[in-house]
Amino acid sequence: MTKQFGDVTAVNDISFSVYQGELFGFLGPNGAGKTTTINILIGLARPGAGSIRLGGLDCSRNPKAAQHLIGVVPDESNLYPELTGFDNLCFCAALYGIGKQERRTRARELLETFGLAEAADRRFAGYSKGMKRKLTIAAGIIHRPQVLFLDEPTTGIDVASARQIRQLIADLHRTGTTIFLTTHYIEEAERLCDRIAFIVSGHIVRVDTVGNLLQPVQGRHRLMMTTTNAGADLHESLVSAFPQFIFEPVADGQMRVTSVAPIRVGPLVRFLEDQGVEVVEARRLQPSLEEVFVQVTGIEALAMMQNNRDKGRSA
Amino acid sequence: MKQWIAFWNILLKDMRAYYLKPPNISWGLIFPIAWTGMFFIRSGRGLDSILELLPGVVTISVLFGTTSMLAVTVTFEKKSRSFERLLLAPIPLELLMFAKTGGAILFGVTNAFVPIILAAFLADLSSVDWLVVFPTIVLLAFASTFLGLFIAVSVSEVFEAQTFSNFVRFPMIFLCGLFFPVSDLPMFLRPLSYLFPVTYGVDILHGAVRQENTLPLGLDFLIIAAFCVALFAMSLKNIHRKWIV
Ligand SMILES: Nc1ncnc2c1ncn2[C@@H]1O[C@H](COP(=O)(O)OP(=O)(O)OP(=O)(O)O)[C@@H](O)[C@H]1O
Ligand SMILES: [Mg+2]
Repeated sequence: MTKQFGDVTAVNDISFSVYQGELFGFLGPNGAGKTTTINILIGLARPGAGSIRLGGLDCSRNPKAAQHLIGVVPDESNLYPELTGFDNLCFCAALYGIGKQERRTRARELLETFGLAEAADRRFAGYSKGMKRKLTIAAGIIHRPQVLFLDEPTTGIDVASARQIRQLIADLHRTGTTIFLTTHYIEEAERLCDRIAFIVSGHIVRVDTVGNLLQPVQGRHRLMMTTTNAGADLHESLVSAFPQFIFEPVADGQMRVTSVAPIRVGPLVRFLEDQGVEVVEARRLQPSLEEVFVQVTGIEALAMMQNNRDKGRSA
Repeated sequence: MKQWIAFWNILLKDMRAYYLKPPNISWGLIFPIAWTGMFFIRSGRGLDSILELLPGVVTISVLFGTTSMLAVTVTFEKKSRSFERLLLAPIPLELLMFAKTGGAILFGVTNAFVPIILAAFLADLSSVDWLVVFPTIVLLAFASTFLGLFIAVSVSEVFEAQTFSNFVRFPMIFLCGLFFPVSDLPMFLRPLSYLFPVTYGVDILHGAVRQENTLPLGLDFLIIAAFCVALFAMSLKNIHRKWIV
């Protein structure tokens, strides 16, 4: 599908399938078109061109066709500030035609699961950011949807709450819910998702399983060394002494060593100490999706994402 | 059945959150009383004039009770994005909008009875044809609610909805034959009066209270009903066009 807003092409001829029971990640920087994609899929926006099928139902013409199957957790909490947490959940359940008794039981159950039981009778307006996000997720799953859309569920949330939310997402995935998750946290996508699509400037540049994505970096061995007293010509002498390794200075006193064969640390450290360089730390680097992302999308996209992440942290 | 649970809870939530709040209740009472008092004093003809004023005051109560609510229940909720939740609910848009307007319609009908009850203490209402008055009040409540809805979905800010509805309401009060007959208006303004649904409601009420209608009642009813359908349909179209971008 394709979607334009005036001159801006928010989503440019993208095409993908998400399988039943799968946790599918949509990974991309700000403005990549993640929210636009979700809005089209759930029927809050019309695609400029293209077709959509959800749960076997054709939603291209009638965006309401599959709305009984889906749950949505938007990027910003949009519950009613004047209602309590409990009433918000009951109201959301009622929208899906759930009867009174079941609504109440289910709402209590979810408040318990999300650690919000204490705050059940407080107004939503008074909730903290993390509590709001949790209640918004609870509201998205209260009717036990088959397909759940999560738009950046951990953005702007502290580390502990984010971890809790990831755990809840993993649990939902285990119980068979199909999940479409957008994020700009690479580690989050890597840890949670079965398959990931990289989306940059409205284009999907790559879709694959996490395993396949990691394949090209899988065979490599990498080491991060932190040193002090390194001279200017150190790099050159290392290259001539260890031609089988690639040495990349990363930051002041930090160097990344890459090799196709396992790296033996002993000779490397001994060589450095003979040169009068002190090795503070030598750490093995696990192959990560970040490398793949950079390879596929270019360093600018990564920089954009890390920029957001830092903003998210300080916020 | 499932859709009715949704319908009923949307309506109930609006009632609890907006309509049954003390400021609204008192506003709903004070406004009609103030209008009644004002026109009563202005007419300066004592209690005899009550029957003359009643249709106008009833209509204004309905008009103001309904139109102003939609800026909150629709425009504000759209702005704060909670409306998206409703758009995602598996119910047809028509049913959703009936639920969102139902509260305003009930509120408008209730408001209409404030001046009627007051008038009942002050004047002899035995000549009034209630069988015509009640359906007219209901129809007026529908028409003015849907007018409010049309305004509410045509703008994106709450203050715009309020400004725009005053822009329509105040000329309407003077042009729709509330306090002086349409036939007393300057010739060039008369066609304008017939553009307002309220004009036809007022005509029926004048007929029912004092047998002084200018158009056949059946035609009046038909025209208001047509306004209701048209305004509702146009509002839905606007939601489709502007909110599902
Ligand atoms: N309603 C709209 N009107 C105009 N432009 C829009 C609209 N919605 C999105 N866009 C544009 O489409 C592009 C994609 O936006 P989108 O919100 O989908 O990005 P995103 O990947 O969700 O980003 P973020 O991480 O910031 O949430 C952006 O350039 C944005 O400015
Ligand atoms: Mg977004």
